[in-house]
Amino acid sequence: MKARTRLYAALAILGLAAPWLGLYPVFVMKLLCFAMFACAFNLLLGYTKMLSFGHAAYFGASAYTTGWLVTAQGWGTIAGLLGGVAVSMLLGLAIGAIAVRRQGIYFAMITLALAQLVFFVCLQAPFTGGENGLQGIPRGSVLGIIDLGGDAAMYYFVLAAFAAVFVLIRRIVHSPFGQVLKAIRENEPRAISLGYQVDRYKLLAFVLSASLAGLAGSLKALVLGFVTLSDVSQATSGDVILMTLLGGSGTFLGPALGAIIVISLQEYLSDLVGAWVSVMIGAIFVVCVMTFRRGFIGEIERRLGRRV
Amino acid sequence: MTSVFGVPLPAILGQLMLGLVNGSFYALLSLGLAVIFGLLGVVNFAHGAFYMLGAFAAYVGLETFGMNYWCALALAPLAVGILGIVIERLLLRHLYQLDPLYGLLLTFGIALIAEGIMRGLFGASGKSYPVPDALRGGFNLGFMVLPIYRAWVIFASLAVCGATWFLIERTRLGSTLRAAGENAALVQAFGINVPLIVMMTYGAGVALAALAGVLAAPVVQVSPLMGSSIVIVVFAVVVIGGMGSILGAVVSGLVLGLIEGLTKVIYPEASNIVVFVIMAVVLMWRPTGLFGRESP
Repeated sequence: MKARTRLYAALAILGLAAPWLGLYPVFVMKLLCFAMFACAFNLLLGYTKMLSFGHAAYFGASAYTTGWLVTAQGWGTIAGLLGGVAVSMLLGLAIGAIAVRRQGIYFAMITLALAQLVFFVCLQAPFTGGENGLQGIPRGSVLGIIDLGGDAAMYYFVLAAFAAVFVLIRRIVHSPFGQVLKAIRENEPRAISLGYQVDRYKLLAFVLSASLAGLAGSLKALVLGFVTLSDVSQATSGDVILMTLLGGSGTFLGPALGAIIVISLQEYLSDLVGAWVSVMIGAIFVVCVMTFRRGFIGEIERRLGRRV
Repeated sequence: MTSVFGVPLPAILGQLMLGLVNGSFYALLSLGLAVIFGLLGVVNFAHGAFYMLGAFAAYVGLETFGMNYWCALALAPLAVGILGIVIERLLLRHLYQLDPLYGLLLTFGIALIAEGIMRGLFGASGKSYPVPDALRGGFNLGFMVLPIYRAWVIFASLAVCGATWFLIERTRLGSTLRAAGENAALVQAFGINVPLIVMMTYGAGVALAALAGVLAAPVVQVSPLMGSSIVIVVFAVVVIGGMGSILGAVVSGLVLGLIEGLTKVIYPEASNIVVFVIMAVVLMWRPTGLFGRESP
């Protein structure tokens, strides 16, 4: 067996066994949701070098939609998830179509500003609960067959969704489409001169990333049973950038590892130090940008001289 | 009484005045962003944080040392500007050779640190800063009362923006700055100390943000969060104006402030988002911004 296959088999066993390792299942599910979010974000930053500074917009909009559909409209869990993903997909299409017209820092600023617009819409729209958010979102069941009310069933549902998204992103990156994305990342003018409609590739990557980020947000809404404004806020957009950067952008496992580190730190330190958590997050940002730009997995790959 | 859209005229004029005051802050902040970007190629995400620090410097100066407004107006930008220079020396300088996205990410991290420290020290609630005695009260213009402090903010911002424009576009120092932005190696070859110029420019841009913060302290609540909300609006202003142009930054700052004020009268729910909607429309029509040259 190749080392990479062994690594993934070990991770799969770890994932399947996690509920029996004494870890709090809801917390592990939250980790998986943010890991999925970071993997979706990485499709843009890592493989196309598009820094979206407002990815919480899709995460949060989808979470709100699913929460509203399941709670106020009585939709089933799967239909609610698909509804949320559809909304984040359309939102990604609308914002992406505007943003891909500019590159680099302009792209970052435009996505940031439009995400702030989404934030204010969520703050004021009648169905989002304003400052209170949505609460008491039921988990429901998978098509009436598997009840997701228990933590174990919900955990395996989220794990399966994460595994599917992870495999999908691997497939996308290794597909001819993904190769073109990497060509854009390395040298955009050259990709244009080779005849690729670069803006279309970038837009499709953006829509895919927004949709998968939306799925992550919707799952998180079901897992925790609530959606708040912080899910669409700029702080969450910053967190996902840090997760990807810290774990290693442009690597498969990096964003997931980064999500685990960042969420665990926030979870355990917010009780101890309160407002100073954002100082710590900022400090990690500064250290990462100054001295650790490859991230954990990126550094490991460089030492090993091959990809994992 | 005359009214427009069912709103009495003095109320509209009052909101427009307030819009113009906000527009002055947008203009000062986007001016600093444009100056920094022009020379360093860095989008300074920490700009809002420096604006907040300027306001807090005035507040702490008054509370702790009894420092009056006019001293704060001079000393707060100086102190924050020095902090900016330290950051440029220690951190930012090492990123000039890399993708500009790293500069954005670094300054984002710095903004988080500054905001977190101030929240840890002062809490999240807003503090009020008194209007200085000399600028209390208002002129009665007959159809409305014009608060003197607001008039002063608009006047001071326009004066500073005008002076900065003159300095950069019409003086020898300014032409050196612009040349260094175009081709640093060549300017260096003429015996000009480019790293020093870059350092001072970052300090000056940051000081402008702090100056806006001091001007804002008596009209808004001084709070650790005041910077992070304004910086995103200012980014949108800069995208609308086109980042290469100083005049564009100032004009679009003022105009968008006015439009925001007008929206508060006509349709208050949209006042938070009108700038972003305008940005989206402008980008669909002119991707380089209204005053922008071809994008880098």
